[in-house]
Amino acid sequence: MFRKLLSYAKGYRFYSFLAPATIVLEVLLEVAIPFLMSVIIDSGINGIPLSQKDGFVVDMLIKMGFGEKQGLDLVVATGALMIIMACISLACGASAAFFAAKAGMGFGKNLRGAMFAKIQDFSFSNVDKFSTGSLITRMTTDVNMIQNAYMMALRMLIRSPLMFVMAIGMAIGINKRLSLVFLIVGPLLAFALIFVGSKAHPRFERMFKKYDKFNTSIQENLISIRVVKAFVRSKHEKEKFQISNDELKAASIFAEKLIILNGPIMMVAVYACILSILWFGTKLIFVGEMQLGDLMSFITYVQQILMSLMMISMIFVMSVMAKASMKRVYEVLNEAPTIKDDTADSNLQVNSGDIEFKNVFFKYNEAAEEPVLSNINLSIKSGETVGILGGTGSAKSSLVQLIPRLYDVSEGEVLVGGRNVKDYKLNTLRDSVSMVLQSNVLFSGTIEENLRWGNENATMEEIREAAKIACADDFVMSFPDQYNTDLGQGGVNVSGGQKQRLCIARALLKNPKILILDDSTSAVDTATDGKIREGMKNSLPETTKIIIAQRINSIQHADKIIVLDDGKIDDIGTHEKLLSRNEIYKDVYISQQEGKMEQ
Amino acid sequence: MSEKQQIKKNGPPPGGPGGKMKFEKPNDAKKTLLRLLSYVVKNKALLVLVAFLVIISSGAGVAGTYLLTPIINEIGAVVKDGTFDITNIVKYLVIIGVIYVCGAAAQYIYQRLMLNISQGTLNLLRKDLFEHLQSLPIKFFDTHTHGELMSRFTNDTDTIREAISQGLVQVISSLVTVFGIFAMMLYISPALTGLIIIMLFVMLNIIKFIGGKSANFFRKQQQNIGAVNGYIEEFIEGQRVVKVFCREEKSKENFAVRNESFRKSATNAHTCASIIMPIMGNLSYFNFAATAALGAFIIIRFGSTELTGASALLLGGIEGTLTIGSLAAFLQYTRQFSNPISQVSQQLNSILAALAGAERIFAIIDAKPEEDDGYVTLVNANVDESGNITESEKRTGTWAWRHPHSADGTVTYTLLKGDVRFHDVTFSYDGKKTVLKNVSLYAKPGQKIAFVGSTGAGKTTITNLINRFYDIDEGKITYDGINIKKIKKDDLRRSLAMVLQDTHLFTGTVEENIRYGKLDATHEEIVEAAKLANAHSFIKRLPDGYNTKLTGDGSNLSQGQRQLLAIARAAVADPPVLILDEATSSIDTRTEKLIEKGMDKLMENKTVFVIAHRLSTVRNSNAIMVLEDGQIIEKGDHDTLIDEKGKYYKLYTGQFELS
Repeated sequence: MFRKLLSYAKGYRFYSFLAPATIVLEVLLEVAIPFLMSVIIDSGINGIPLSQKDGFVVDMLIKMGFGEKQGLDLVVATGALMIIMACISLACGASAAFFAAKAGMGFGKNLRGAMFAKIQDFSFSNVDKFSTGSLITRMTTDVNMIQNAYMMALRMLIRSPLMFVMAIGMAIGINKRLSLVFLIVGPLLAFALIFVGSKAHPRFERMFKKYDKFNTSIQENLISIRVVKAFVRSKHEKEKFQISNDELKAASIFAEKLIILNGPIMMVAVYACILSILWFGTKLIFVGEMQLGDLMSFITYVQQILMSLMMISMIFVMSVMAKASMKRVYEVLNEAPTIKDDTADSNLQVNSGDIEFKNVFFKYNEAAEEPVLSNINLSIKSGETVGILGGTGSAKSSLVQLIPRLYDVSEGEVLVGGRNVKDYKLNTLRDSVSMVLQSNVLFSGTIEENLRWGNENATMEEIREAAKIACADDFVMSFPDQYNTDLGQGGVNVSGGQKQRLCIARALLKNPKILILDDSTSAVDTATDGKIREGMKNSLPETTKIIIAQRINSIQHADKIIVLDDGKIDDIGTHEKLLSRNEIYKDVYISQQEGKMEQ
Repeated sequence: MSEKQQIKKNGPPPGGPGGKMKFEKPNDAKKTLLRLLSYVVKNKALLVLVAFLVIISSGAGVAGTYLLTPIINEIGAVVKDGTFDITNIVKYLVIIGVIYVCGAAAQYIYQRLMLNISQGTLNLLRKDLFEHLQSLPIKFFDTHTHGELMSRFTNDTDTIREAISQGLVQVISSLVTVFGIFAMMLYISPALTGLIIIMLFVMLNIIKFIGGKSANFFRKQQQNIGAVNGYIEEFIEGQRVVKVFCREEKSKENFAVRNESFRKSATNAHTCASIIMPIMGNLSYFNFAATAALGAFIIIRFGSTELTGASALLLGGIEGTLTIGSLAAFLQYTRQFSNPISQVSQQLNSILAALAGAERIFAIIDAKPEEDDGYVTLVNANVDESGNITESEKRTGTWAWRHPHSADGTVTYTLLKGDVRFHDVTFSYDGKKTVLKNVSLYAKPGQKIAFVGSTGAGKTTITNLINRFYDIDEGKITYDGINIKKIKKDDLRRSLAMVLQDTHLFTGTVEENIRYGKLDATHEEIVEAAKLANAHSFIKRLPDGYNTKLTGDGSNLSQGQRQLLAIARAAVADPPVLILDEATSSIDTRTEKLIEKGMDKLMENKTVFVIAHRLSTVRNSNAIMVLEDGQIIEKGDHDTLIDEKGKYYKLYTGQFELS
């Protein structure tokens, strides 16, 4: 999982490498600087010759000619060296921050881009599996979490352990025996921090669960506010809310009261180290094994070591949190689109609007026991108009979605233009099969931009022509900005019926071989509905038209009507024939015509 | 429908990777701060204790460092004298140890106390917010999306939590540390402190400079992340359409553009945010080097000469001389100095963000609640043979309106019957666009009144006026002869039951959901109601029957089943007036036939207002109102309207369909 995700750092590898590299330099300098402090104090102020001090930095200083300097000269020279080093370290730190941000955000961008591309390639059943809400959260919250964690990791993952090792090295260099203090305090501290962390983790999980529950209860209340008010249940709701509110408070305190132990534990560890170093250090100084300045830089190293330990424990906590996000992102990236066209012949074109279903069985989920569609056999000729009728859940939409291969059949085959739909490239197939979905979506942008989805290169005349057939031209022209009217996100600026008509126009612009309308005129009045049907019949005589409708009068003039019941074809025939022989059709007809006066 | 869209919008909070670095400014920081503090300061003594402990803990840090001075001097003396006098060192070590332990203990205690305080504050804040939300008019919920309101409960309270539990304490402790260190520095050597002040000035300016830059970058990043998230939302929700139109490549291209500009601004913002740490850390080495040089200069130059007066005070502070020990302590201070300063600057940001969040929360708490100056209440009543109505403590099954008259102090009782009348009602949602014009209608007890008309004709509006979800602008609505403005809203609504098009169920069992209509209903009553709504048979087939848990707005039931539950919920409430707003719209015509009987029973002896798309549903109403543009254009029963050959006739004969 890590390796796969890391591959998305591509293009930003250089920065991903530069950030830790500059940090290594920064850490080296940062570790060396406290030693210079001891030089200032011991040799500069106390007058102990440099040669009497230990550590490789001393050797370097002597090589640089610092050995001859004394007193104030030495202080100033060392101080200047220190400032130069601090400058370099500052430059390194600052550029590391830049490189890490660049790498982290770039990584996030790649990840986001890859996910978006992946999701665009998802088939309907892939999307069903995740649900749109969860996909959105994964692409936003989770990716942000990961990119920030990556950035932090670039800065801290090298820094803290390196700092830890280097500082220990320096401390040992100053005095081996005094360093033994770390051997006792370090593991104790690590143990305490890990203990607290592991104890706290399940408690935090419980807290997050309570948080979820709390959010759900508010959300539910907001969604149902009319019900709450209509039934005068606000007191009841307040009581319910207060229970989850209190539970959340209790769970938060329960979890966090462990985490706040970290601070004092760290402090006690640092102080214990300092005190024991002072105690043992004093003795060592007395026997002349150590200098006063050494003791002071030793204390600085203690702080550096313990700080890096603290950081490591923080990285640990963060990685646990990021890991959950990584898993969720990885699941999306690793999901194979269930519909592929790799083996399809890219030269194959759809020649006609013939459709044939041969022994088709279909399940949304392989594991499901009952198929949604079973044993479907039907044949539709190019240019025919076909109506599909059936109750809620009779799988009308499922049936037509197999034609542009939005889902793959579980058994049997679907043929378009005489060839199995799997033989075509997806783009070829879908360019020829235009479908207006039940859940109509328009996108933010102008009406013209939305219509152009059907045909990128359509002329304005063609666009208006399509809109006229869909009975949309009139109302579009009545808007002040006409075809340049901005639709807003999700097409909020037009009414339901207008939206449906624009969606039909968009589908018509494709000039398809097969046109499928999945209950797409439900909000359009009967007269307009009739006009649209008439228009399609006249201007698209070659196109196979499949209409799913609730209203009988939307389909009653079709060449054939398919009656679906519980995923099976109950009957196929013309309006007159079905009326005379099919129970379901008759039922629906009567329930809709009931009491309708003779005209 | 709009509600559903809002729920979807609710998914991810719009915050994004802003994290702690949110650069938002409250409008009136002082007022909001005081108000927020009034929540925090519920227990003053506790807060004083916390402040005291914070001072102790950060004071301990400063004092501990200072006590290094005598120890180092002691060690220095040891080296010089060659006599190892352990007692003094042990004494200092013990003192430091005690101070440190006190500091750590104080830290733990105040953090523990703060945890209770901050969680208590949040609990209280959320409670006030939620309770106030319940009292707000429907209009408020029309103008605020769920996502927006949810974010008050989640994002905003979260920033407040951070600010209270960390920010507040950090700021106090950092300030104490800075001032403590500063005082100690002055005590050791004013001359060296002068040097520090210059450095401090530089540091503050750098922070200010970077902070200003980063505020810009973060604002830009926030805009870009909004664009990216918006695009993601739109295209994942519309992914099916993208597929049908083979627009995958195009949408990837468009996304890449937004993604890239987000990356650019995010890089800038994060660089700015994380650059402060190395700058501050390394500047403290500048400090250190400069101080060491100057300190060494003072010690070497003046170490052997006895100084007096002002110059001694300037160079050597109160003790008059700068020793190696005190220089060492001073140098330690310079290292400790930069950390709290960058802490404060960061915490101030988080506090400002919290105040902005608090301001948004308070704006809701301050929103005007639903007005209710009704004084007519609904009471249980007894009716004796001669028709006199008396109030009863117990549930009698008979209800009456208790109507006190302020003029003469008398109380009259009117039996609850369900007679609803509109007199010339005019209404608009926004005070501009009139939705209903001069609507007059009456519904006698037991009558069924239907509303027919296109979307936006005002059907639902009429029903929303009866239960006073909205108040009318002109005219009068009466219930049993009483102006509904005089009736207490809760009691008015108790006398009505609604079944809405979008059935909303709650997390809980099936039984609990039906019981929502009448909280003290017995199990038998619930089963009775379920049978009435034709829901009993499917409920029995659920895995746990009436105890089956419903989750996520009842998503484990079909739309039709949910509507049946909503009908059962209204049935168990059993009020004299029933409002059915497209109650059977998601049930197909065949199933509708099955529940028709139940519906008929439910409507028996009740005043019923029906809104329906399907004309077959409204055919047998006593009166049908055809609405167009907020006006009743035709009214009468089915036969009369058909004879009139007007709009209804056209609708009914299919010459015109509703939209």
